[in-house]
Amino acid sequence: MPEVTLIDASGQSRTLQVPDGQSLMQAAVSAGVRGIVGECGGSAMCATCHVYVDEAFADRLPAPLETELEMLECTASERLPSSRLGCQIKLSAALDGLIVRLPERQQ
Amino acid sequence: MNTASASDSLRTFEAPAGVPVVDVDPYTDEFLTDPYDAHQRLREAGPVVWIPAYGIYACARHDSVHAVFNDHATYISGAGVGLANFNQETPFRPKSLILEADPPSHTKARAILARILSPKTVTQIRATFTAEAESLVDRLLVRQAAGETIDAVKDLSEVYPLKVFPDAVGVGEANRENLLLYGNMIFNAFGPRNERLQKSAELVQPVTAWIMAHCQRENLLPGGFGDLIYQAADAGEITHAEAPMLVRSFLSAGVDTTVNGIGNAVLCLANHPEQYALLRADHSLARPAFEEALRFESAVQTFFRTTSKDTELFGMQIPKDSKIVLFLASANRDERQWPVPERFDIQRRPVGHMAFGSGIHGCVGQVVARLEGEVVLAALAKRVSRFELLGAPKRRLNNTLRALASMPVRLIPV
Repeated sequence: MPEVTLIDASGQSRTLQVPDGQSLMQAAVSAGVRGIVGECGGSAMCATCHVYVDEAFADRLPAPLETELEMLECTASERLPSSRLGCQIKLSAALDGLIVRLPERQQ
Repeated sequence: MNTASASDSLRTFEAPAGVPVVDVDPYTDEFLTDPYDAHQRLREAGPVVWIPAYGIYACARHDSVHAVFNDHATYISGAGVGLANFNQETPFRPKSLILEADPPSHTKARAILARILSPKTVTQIRATFTAEAESLVDRLLVRQAAGETIDAVKDLSEVYPLKVFPDAVGVGEANRENLLLYGNMIFNAFGPRNERLQKSAELVQPVTAWIMAHCQRENLLPGGFGDLIYQAADAGEITHAEAPMLVRSFLSAGVDTTVNGIGNAVLCLANHPEQYALLRADHSLARPAFEEALRFESAVQTFFRTTSKDTELFGMQIPKDSKIVLFLASANRDERQWPVPERFDIQRRPVGHMAFGSGIHGCVGQVVARLEGEVVLAALAKRVSRFELLGAPKRRLNNTLRALASMPVRLIPV
C-alpha cells in the first residue's frame, strides 16, 4: 500500500498506509487526522481538504481540473502554488512516499 | 406503466434472474412515516435489489449508492432523477439544465452555479445569515413570553430559509410561501403519479405563474444569485433562454430542502437532550450537529439514475435503460459504513454521508445549506437552554423528502 506523510501546521507528522486508489482526504479522515475536514465528502465542493504538496511530488500529480482550481480560490488558509485538494489526489504506487503539509485552518 | 402507483394495480414486474427481490412500496404512508426498518430490509437483501411493485432496481447500501453516484457515464441523470424514464415518457416540466442533465451540457451549467454558490460567497453572506438567525430566535422568545405557542416548523424551520435564501437570490418579499408549495410538488414528482403528487400539484397550480415570473430578470434584484445567472448569460456562458431555467433550479431546490434539513435537525436535538447539552456547552459543534442530523434524517431520501448501457453492478447484470432508485437515507444508516448508525451523535464525523448525493451531481448549494443549518443551531444554542416538545411532531409525507408539517415546542430560555 502506498504511504503518505501529513505534516500539520505545528510540525507534527503522521504517516498513513493507504489502499491503492483511495483519496488522500478519505485516508486522512478515516485515520482521524484533524487537519483535514473533507466536509463535502469528496465532490470538490467545499475546499476543506486543502493541502500543500511537497515540491518533490509536484510533477507526479495530474494537473488539477477546472472544478478543483475554482475551489482552490476558496481556501480558508493562503493558497500557494503547491496547493491542492486532498479529495482529488488518488494514492497509487507512483505516489508512494508522498509528503503533504496541512494549512493552519480549513474553515 | 412504470409510473403507476402500485396500489392502482395488482401488476408487478418480474424480477431479473439472480437479483434479490424486496417486496416493498417506498411510497406508502407507512413507509414514508418510518422508512428505517424497510431500509434495513433493503440493505440486508444485497447491494443491488429489485422492487417488483415498480419494476426498478434499488441500492440501499452506502457502497452501492456511492458507486452509482460516482459513475455518471453509466448511471445518467438526463433520463430523469425520479421514477419516470424520460426516454419513454415526456417530462412533466422542461428538464432541469443541471439536475436532469449529463456532461457536457451539465458541466457548463454546474460551473456557473458552483461559482455563485461557492465557499467564497458563503464568507460574504455569513454575517447577514447569522444576524437573521439570531434575530429570528430572539423574536420567537418574545412571542412565546407573550403567550404564543411556538411551532418549530411553521415559525422557525420554514421561516428562516424563506427569509435568507430568496433574499440572496434576489426575490422580493411578497408571496414567498409559494416556494414551499412549489418545492413540495417538485419533490413529490420524483415519485409515482400518486394521490400525494396530484394533491400537491393542485395546490401549486394557482402559483405556477408566480414561480415562472420570478425566474425572469425583471423580477430579480440586481446583484443577487438570480441576477448573477443572467450576468453569465450576458457573458455568453449560457444563452438568455437558459438563464430562467437555471434560476428555476434555485427556486425548486433551495428552500424545501433546507426547511426540512433544519426542521429535522431541531427535532433530532429535541429528541436527544444530552446531545443538545453538548452543543450548548460548545457552540462550535453547531456545524457538526447539523451534519449529523443530515446523516441521521436525510432531507432528500431518494434519487434515481437510468443506465446508459448494459452494465454490471456488484455482480448483478443490469440492462440498458433501467431505472435504479438510490436510498440516500439508508446509505446514511448502513451499519457497514457507520458505527452504531442509529445513534444520533453530534461528535461523529459523518464525512461521506449521502444526504447531498456525491460525484458530479452532488448538491451544488451544499455550502449555503450548511451555513443555514449551522447559524440556526448556533443561534438556538446561545439563547435556548432546552426544548420541550408539546405533543408529537407531525410529518408532512412527501414522495422524496423527509419533511415536517408541525412541531409545537416550548423553548426554555437561557
